[in-house]
Amino acid sequence: MAVGKEIRTKIGSIKNTQKITSAMEMVAASKMRKAQDRMEATKPYSQKIRKVIGHLAMGNTEYKHPYIIEREVSRVGFIVISTDRGLCGGLNTNMFKDALKSMKQWQDKDVEIDLCLIGSKAGAFFSRFGGNVVARKTHIGDAPTVTDLIGTVKVMLDAFDEGRIDRLFLVHNEFVNTMTQSPRVHQLLPVEKDDDDDLKHHWDYIYEPDAKELLDVLLVRYIESLVYQGVVDNIACEQASRMVAMKAATDNAGDIIDDLQLIYNKARQAAITQEISEIIGGAAAV
Amino acid sequence: MYTFQLDIVSAEKSIFSGSVKSMVVRGELGEMGIAPGHAPLLTSLKPGSVRLIDNNDQESHYYVSGGMLEIQPHTTTILADTAVRAEDVDEAAAIEAKEAAEAAMADQNSEIEYSRAAAELAEAVAQLRTLQSIRKKAGK
Repeated sequence: MAVGKEIRTKIGSIKNTQKITSAMEMVAASKMRKAQDRMEATKPYSQKIRKVIGHLAMGNTEYKHPYIIEREVSRVGFIVISTDRGLCGGLNTNMFKDALKSMKQWQDKDVEIDLCLIGSKAGAFFSRFGGNVVARKTHIGDAPTVTDLIGTVKVMLDAFDEGRIDRLFLVHNEFVNTMTQSPRVHQLLPVEKDDDDDLKHHWDYIYEPDAKELLDVLLVRYIESLVYQGVVDNIACEQASRMVAMKAATDNAGDIIDDLQLIYNKARQAAITQEISEIIGGAAAV
Repeated sequence: MYTFQLDIVSAEKSIFSGSVKSMVVRGELGEMGIAPGHAPLLTSLKPGSVRLIDNNDQESHYYVSGGMLEIQPHTTTILADTAVRAEDVDEAAAIEAKEAAEAAMADQNSEIEYSRAAAELAEAVAQLRTLQSIRKKAGK
């Protein structure tokens, strides 16, 4: 029957799309679980290291590491973590909006900005939007390692050491739960003091070789672990957001198929009715 | 027999957690054995194995590629690095990241082309969708 051919083809193509989106939803759901585990696994390290640094900073008042000292701001650095792939709802867009908002605050004070971008979406966005990109890393995959990020972090830390930037921020999505991911901007450098009473111990460590060298290494590791945590967090967000987006897409495809099916049935019925009335009309005329 | 709590954690995962009777690590200034009740200590580690004897007198080995050892009165933590870290290796990674940024800057044309094409595609899709909804209304 010629009547509904177009509609039938359309239904077929939407069904195919639906198959893809529902497969993507399931893949994202399973990847999300793994990403969440990975996210949990990163927490003990940064908590421990933060405690040790707090202790060191408390115990060694005569040595102030540059990463702890607040200084006059003339240029700031932003590390922006985005996803590598799209089809994950408004995740990246929301984060870029927040990043731009906080960058605007600095620009209003005539402070210039250096960018370090992780993930290809950030690269694409800022190359259109403009911005001084000093380091970039893409294709980190689903299971990144700290090694993947050392380079980008080092570029920013070197810039801080040499006084090219005076503050360093990290922008990424924070995983709240499967339905909620919120963009977050927080300061990496100088390291914000944490007035935890737990840190006021009455004992001190024996240092080998000495406190200064250990603090140097620890602070770098600490920043790296925070950036790594940001990346892992962002991956969990990506998968959760993709899962929700793909679920919505699958549902929408279902709705469209239902609508089209109705139109198709109506058209088919109209055609049959017309044919019958033509036959009857023909028979009456004979 | 006394034991102490030991946690070996890296930035990526927790490697070991449990109570142990003693352990031997490769510190910056040489091998050292840690027994329960050791004085608080903070030292950096060289790449090498961590040998520990657990509650059941079982000996086990873990490899760490450097890191930090922290001993507190009741707990001991090894903050392990996930890869061998050397200044020049880090430097090479930093240069790579910088080059990626520069290459992306130089390659901006293609990205602009791409975004223009994407915008055109979005427009075409929107037109199609409008057409579809008109057709749908007409169908009903």
